[in-house]
Amino acid sequence: MRVSLLALGLSLCFSGALAFEIEATRHYAAEEPVAELRILSTADIEVFHPIILAFQARFPDRDILYDVASSAEVMRAIYDEGVTYDLVISSAMDLQIKLANDGLIQPYDSPAVQGLPDWAQWRGEVFAFTSEPAVMVVSERAFEDFDIPQNRSALISLLREAPEAFRGRIGTYDARTSGLGYLFATQDARNTETFWPLTEIMGGLGTELYCCSGAMITDVAEGRLAFAYNVLGSYANARVAQTPGLRVVELEDYVSVMLRTVVIPKTAQNAEDAGAMIDFLLSDPARDILATVGLPPIPVEQDGSAPPRTIRLGPGLLVYLDQLRREAFLRNWSGSIAQE
Amino acid sequence: MTGPRSIRARLVLQLAAIAALLSLALFLSVRSVAQRAAADTQDNILAASATSIADALYSEDGKIRLELPYSALSMLGSIGQDRVFYSVSAGAEVLTGYADLPAPDRAPGGQSASFYTASYRGDDVRFAALTRSLSAAGIAQTVQITVGQTQNGLEVISSRITGRATAIGAAFFAVAVTLSLWAAQNALAPLNRLARSIDRRGPNDLRPVDTDTARELVPLVTGFNSFVSRLRAALARSEDLITEAAHRVRTPLATVRTQAEIIHRNMKQDSNRQAVRDMIRALDESSRSAGQLLDHAMVTLRTDKMERERLDLGALVRDVSDRLSPTADLKDIALDLDLPERPVLMQGDPILLQNAVHNLIDNAIKYSPSETTVTIELSAGETHRLTITDEGRGFVSTDIGDLPVRFKRGGNVGDVVGSGLGLTIASDVVQAHGGQMQLSDNSERSGACVSLFLPSG
Repeated sequence: MRVSLLALGLSLCFSGALAFEIEATRHYAAEEPVAELRILSTADIEVFHPIILAFQARFPDRDILYDVASSAEVMRAIYDEGVTYDLVISSAMDLQIKLANDGLIQPYDSPAVQGLPDWAQWRGEVFAFTSEPAVMVVSERAFEDFDIPQNRSALISLLREAPEAFRGRIGTYDARTSGLGYLFATQDARNTETFWPLTEIMGGLGTELYCCSGAMITDVAEGRLAFAYNVLGSYANARVAQTPGLRVVELEDYVSVMLRTVVIPKTAQNAEDAGAMIDFLLSDPARDILATVGLPPIPVEQDGSAPPRTIRLGPGLLVYLDQLRREAFLRNWSGSIAQE
Repeated sequence: MTGPRSIRARLVLQLAAIAALLSLALFLSVRSVAQRAAADTQDNILAASATSIADALYSEDGKIRLELPYSALSMLGSIGQDRVFYSVSAGAEVLTGYADLPAPDRAPGGQSASFYTASYRGDDVRFAALTRSLSAAGIAQTVQITVGQTQNGLEVISSRITGRATAIGAAFFAVAVTLSLWAAQNALAPLNRLARSIDRRGPNDLRPVDTDTARELVPLVTGFNSFVSRLRAALARSEDLITEAAHRVRTPLATVRTQAEIIHRNMKQDSNRQAVRDMIRALDESSRSAGQLLDHAMVTLRTDKMERERLDLGALVRDVSDRLSPTADLKDIALDLDLPERPVLMQGDPILLQNAVHNLIDNAIKYSPSETTVTIELSAGETHRLTITDEGRGFVSTDIGDLPVRFKRGGNVGDVVGSGLGLTIASDVVQAHGGQMQLSDNSERSGACVSLFLPSG
């Protein structure tokens, strides 16, 4: 049920002195290390593992420390506690922008980042290297008797018509604790008038709230959930390949596209290697690896324009981080989704 | 510091300096106006953002709330990628936003926003602040909204403006310098024309210059003309002096000669006779020289205001030759005339031409040994050619260029008394008629050859 709480609790035991909570960590030792690269990321270790190995193949004398935390904890580490990391990778675009806006990030320039399209970077401080859609993941068995809805209106109608089939079997991000979940929810609220009705209906049917995509997808795969809403398409596609009976649905009315971004904090000890990692992430070999692990790299469009509905990197993302706005939104959202 | 020695260069440099100053002024004013406009644009957008936030204030449950509009911050991302800060406070209480924004010097009042620049989180930030009155729980409250933005986007625009203004200033300067060059060239044209017209004059041309020229040049031309007329007066006085002197010398000489002849006739002793003969010869030479000086002065005077009439050069030559036959006979020299049958017509001054031919034949006789021939040939044509050839000692070839120069005598005539004016006179006359004189050695035997080329027209 509340898998997230258990995970949090476990990591609390592990982290010890640190106030912010690391979910997982791995140390990639080098034979004769010359320097250390400390990375804080929201991406699972398994997902990023091939990238780290490929980087270390190029730079064999670098130790690499890879810590995983939720986007909210990542923000706490860097913004509130000033913990030293060389590189911060996060899927919460709004939090990364806030770090840069509030002066905690140092700029980085290189031919690789010069080659990024305008919409994929901000101020030469925040760089996007993947472009991942928010999708719905469904269990084909749960939808045996129904047509899989292709847009949000159809989804609302379906839930209204057959509530019992879905009661207690819907999952989505907990916007209160997950930075990415909050981002997706607020973008939905901005982009479509169906968001609040959908949230009401889902709340009325007892939706499960999760911290992470991974757990949601697992529960759909194992049949505990009929579908999960606003899941990271990248993770979903990776799992769908291995799991029969799992399907990814990109709802037609619109699809939010999240850009996974990387920044170098001002307090980084090893900014040089951090820059090398950024260059590597944007290079062709890394793009191939990212594609294989299910993180689609930035598309290189002919006319340089962003794919449709890409969330825009810019000060607009700060709006939903405004404390009054956030309080008001979460108040409404909790009221709708958690109708116990 | 002395400036350039060229009027044109000075004019161009001064105009270029003015153009440079104007270009600089243009550059500065374009840049200042454009930067002001760009800064105003940023200020306007900041004010719009603050206004949209102010418009989104509302009161609920006795408290002031704000639904921060998405556009309030997204519009600040439109010029460049600047960092953005905002704060909303009611009195001392910060409702939302960044609590530590720098405050303005003067609290904003009234409807419009006030603007100020301050340093915040490591950058210069431009702020717009305005106030809005709201009532909550029955109490009127003043809410202050401050929105700020870094100025990197503005700097990018600013440097682009500077680049454009530099290009405009440089283009203006280039065009101005080109036009200055043209203007300077144009302005100095009358001066060049005047210089060319004076330059074109012959060496003896002392006529006044036409005063129909640019106003600024009139004093120069008037001064030049008065100088020229003073010069002509001085020259005339010199010629008068020479003429007078020659006359004064010639008259007593004639008297002395007559007396010497009488003495010669009455002399018995041969040695004394020889001595007196030498004296007579010397007197003759002095007379001749004086005569030539007079001729030369007369020729110089006359060529200034030369009379041109139609004359027969052949008849003139024959005339002169006849008058010199007694002198030739004294030395047993034959004058061989080769003249065309028909008249050789030309436009010229008969007195001057007589003088020239007389001097040349006289020269030939003087420098020829006795019992030789002096040949005088005349051929008619577009340019008439008169050649006088003798069998004397000839010209030293290195002297030929110098001989027509006044008083210059050849290197091989030191034993003969002469004034050095004969060829000068002939040369002056020939040049005044627009012709040429040529000196050369006699090609067949030793001797000199003088040719005169005179245009028939």
